[in-house]
Amino acid sequence: MDTIFTRGPSLLSRLILACLLSVLLIILDARLDSFSRVRVYLNSLVSPLQYMANLPGEMLNQASSALTTQRQLLDRNAQLTRQNILMSERLQRFDLLRRENDKLRTLLGSPVRPDVRKMVAELMAVDNNPYSHQIMINKGTLQGVYEGQPVLDDRGIVGQVMQVGTTTSRVLLIADVTHGVPVRIMRNDVRLVASGSGTLNRLVINHVPHSTDIETGDILVTSGLGEVFPEGYPVGRITAVLRDESRPFAQVQAEPAAQLDRLKYLLLLWPADAPQQPVSEEEEDLEP
Amino acid sequence: MNLSLRQHAITLSLLVALMLQIMPMPILVDPYRPDWVLLVLAYWTLALPQRVNVGVAFLNGLVLDVLLGTALGVHSLALSLVIFILAANYQRLRNYSVWQQAFMVGLLAALYHLVIFWLQHLLTDIYFLFDYLWPVLTTMLFWPWCFAILRKIRRQLKVS
Repeated sequence: MDTIFTRGPSLLSRLILACLLSVLLIILDARLDSFSRVRVYLNSLVSPLQYMANLPGEMLNQASSALTTQRQLLDRNAQLTRQNILMSERLQRFDLLRRENDKLRTLLGSPVRPDVRKMVAELMAVDNNPYSHQIMINKGTLQGVYEGQPVLDDRGIVGQVMQVGTTTSRVLLIADVTHGVPVRIMRNDVRLVASGSGTLNRLVINHVPHSTDIETGDILVTSGLGEVFPEGYPVGRITAVLRDESRPFAQVQAEPAAQLDRLKYLLLLWPADAPQQPVSEEEEDLEP
Repeated sequence: MNLSLRQHAITLSLLVALMLQIMPMPILVDPYRPDWVLLVLAYWTLALPQRVNVGVAFLNGLVLDVLLGTALGVHSLALSLVIFILAANYQRLRNYSVWQQAFMVGLLAALYHLVIFWLQHLLTDIYFLFDYLWPVLTTMLFWPWCFAILRKIRRQLKVS
């Protein structure tokens, strides 16, 4: 048998070395922010593996789309056209309202809200790490994605970019236990923080005094505080308010507006003061 | 061709295991995904402890950390620990029947998951759910098949 490796350090010393290195890395990674630059390189290094792992699912998707009948395509087309007409009607009204709002804001002397630039990204893989809720998307630093960037789907806030690689990035979902979104209630502008619960379909709102005016069915939108999420995007809907007077705070639960378990196409936002701007030919500029 | 395959059989099998580990799966089967990397590493450690032991486990753990987005070092620590136990006892384990080995691999997988959970718990405040231990059972059930396939590969390519 090949004995070249048996001459190396003994097994136990290797274990000790591996453990020491791991602990050192854990401390460096968890406690030092400067380590995130190293992670960009590491993420880019393993991205071929991720694209490879994504391949079978992609092929299945392609096969299923190749097998759709003309009938289904026509139905889909009709449905989308209908949706498009309805949405453009709403957009017309929205344009009018926005102009009116801008005018009123200038009259009041408050700053006009700047436009947000956007880009469509596609979901690559959902992580199978059970301890945290993250997803991978197919856009990275090459497209101008930056750490802390807000991500949404067609219904509301999904999460924020947590790590970037050159062509992929990792998004932390709002349902993760380590995530919190500053929100306000749309009805009465009460400010709150919605934290993740670790379960995809539930958010928890902590530290709500019993006297707060909050009801089941209230819509939560981002408040724009915290400088990560721009103001006014839907986050969730209150599903339960438990006012147990024996506890210091009311227990409030919400349901995320975004469909976190069936994401496919996502929207990346670049607020006006973002550290980077989008770099891509497919950047969507929907403004008139 | 055959020679290069022979040289890279271990690397290739580990790459396939890493891919299987991160492959997107339907949400129904996802919690039962076996620890492919642990299975393949365990086989090579038992078969060729001179070539695959703690060092390779450490490196694979690092790649796994980057792929899964955990803090660097969490998976590498757990994998190194488990593979150390295997490498230190490989002569005894080789003499067990496949099902006895499967039981031992299951125990080690449980240790692996508990170490990862414990480290994650230190870093972020997560709670233990029993669902986190499903992979232990599937890893145990997958071991005999994994063992058979990898042994066939090893014998046919004469990897040593």
